[in-house]
Amino acid sequence: MSLFRDLLRHPSGRIGLIIVLVFLLAAIAGKAGLSPFDPLAQDRLARLQAPSASHLFGTDMFGRDVLSRLMVGVAQSFIVSFFSVAVATLAGTVLGLTAAWYGGLWDGIVMRLMDVLLAFPAILLALLIIAIMGPSGWTSILAIAIVYTPIFTRVVRGPALSLKRRDFVDAARSFGSSRRYIMSRHLALNLVAPLTVQITLALAWALITEAGLSFLGLGTQPPQASLGLMLADARNLMEMAPWLLLVPAVALSFAVLGFNLLGDALRDLLDPKTRRALA
Amino acid sequence: MPYPLKRLLAFPLVMFGVSVFVFIAIRLVPGDAITAMLGTESGLLTPAQREALTAYFGLDQNIFVQFWRWLSGVVQGDFGISTTYGQPVLRVIFDHFSLTLELAVLSMLLSLVIGLPAGIYAATHKDRPGDLAVRVVAMLGQSTPGFVVGLLLIFSLSVFFGVLPQMGSFVPFWQDPLGNLSQMILPALTLGTAFAAAVIRVSRSAMLDILSEDYVRTARSKGLSRRRVIWRHALPNALIPLVTLSGVEFGYLLGGAVLVEQIFALPGLGRVVLDAIQQRDYALVQGTILFIAFNFMVVNLLVDLAYAALDPRIRFETK
Repeated sequence: MSLFRDLLRHPSGRIGLIIVLVFLLAAIAGKAGLSPFDPLAQDRLARLQAPSASHLFGTDMFGRDVLSRLMVGVAQSFIVSFFSVAVATLAGTVLGLTAAWYGGLWDGIVMRLMDVLLAFPAILLALLIIAIMGPSGWTSILAIAIVYTPIFTRVVRGPALSLKRRDFVDAARSFGSSRRYIMSRHLALNLVAPLTVQITLALAWALITEAGLSFLGLGTQPPQASLGLMLADARNLMEMAPWLLLVPAVALSFAVLGFNLLGDALRDLLDPKTRRALA
Repeated sequence: MPYPLKRLLAFPLVMFGVSVFVFIAIRLVPGDAITAMLGTESGLLTPAQREALTAYFGLDQNIFVQFWRWLSGVVQGDFGISTTYGQPVLRVIFDHFSLTLELAVLSMLLSLVIGLPAGIYAATHKDRPGDLAVRVVAMLGQSTPGFVVGLLLIFSLSVFFGVLPQMGSFVPFWQDPLGNLSQMILPALTLGTAFAAAVIRVSRSAMLDILSEDYVRTARSKGLSRRRVIWRHALPNALIPLVTLSGVEFGYLLGGAVLVEQIFALPGLGRVVLDAIQQRDYALVQGTILFIAFNFMVVNLLVDLAYAALDPRIRFETK
């Protein structure tokens, strides 16, 4: 809990935390059906209405309430980002730890495989995976997870390699601890700091990637709402109905900003070098 | 084994991995190339015509034979024939690569010209209002996805100046340099925003680190002016992390920018891959992705070597 308190004391940590919490609450409320209108309900008499007291962020070309769509859209974007980063973290940690621990051939295979994945531009790799599996929210999760797995593998393998040679691991081994025990307890715990930072920043990238895929029509499918889809819909109407563009654009940027600020603060707080400098 | 040599040896291995990966992946995409190429007209094909087309593109062989044929072509510089363009794949790639290259160079230049002075200014005015403003702008720039920047740019132009960027017919640089630049400036700015933000952050923090070093204090105490210390002693060292950052970014940019090309209707490499995947144009997908991966790895290799050359303290771990 002391980390949480430090985070609140850190200026960008505090702002980041507030932004993320606001978005999280809006997303949960949207998912729980607490949005002011049904996000899918069309109202042909109320098309393209400017923001007003009844429709805070206006309505879109089908008369759907933009605020309600934004709430479920944020929820959709967050779900895809959270799951994809969770999968990437898990896969990357397992691959990175085992590569560092067993070394030799396994290390070579894993790391060259990660090099292969890293040699693809992220969005093209995701496009290829989506072409194979067909566009949907679940495919986006898998595609984004595969894109970010190599990064987590590298983040874990580096520290794991240097930790492996440290005395406390030797000590644990001489007590007769099994390899699996040492890996899961000693190494994994020492990797929490770099991983926490990486996860937060990856969430920011995942939000961007998800929005990009949906913008291209390859992520979340209509009539469901997502930030990328809302931006794509706004493209041809931006002069007539600027709120359709500005609302999701600002929302997306702020959500990413929240995670970026949080990641920066965590890096300051968890990195022993900068931590000393702050104290 | 020295580190650069190790990297060089891994190079063909990773390229082989990329070719296997993309070769299998594109064949897992549902639907066949002939139907995708001809659309509804493919229904009019007689079985014999379909067979002839399939044989023409070498799609009648088993997958190992196809892979072997393709790979032995590639090492001889023959990437096969694109089913959508009806032209050699390499020709299609080079036709579109000039745009991608120009966009990459322009956006890198823009971000460095904006980012570097801003970063140095922020570092030398640490914690003053100017520094704070630069940091806030950088954080916002880093958090706004490129395609959103592009949409907002188009929007502001049309609302405040009543103009829309020229789109549709792309003019190559050698035909009409000014017309070309006026088309490229917005996409370059769009792509450059996030990178300019990264340049600001990295140059600022590198500069701050260096300004607190002993040798900078020594230089100052020798009586050198603040300006001379910053430009002659601190800046060259602060540029080292920037070289890495720029190299990696350049490697990415050479892969094409699918979203930005889409928004500004530019025929770059990203659009080629996107269309090729949707058209099941096997040879074109394989060729472009291999080409992109190759560029990416070459750039990264050069960055690593430059890094080692610039900073003699760096000794790469061979393990």
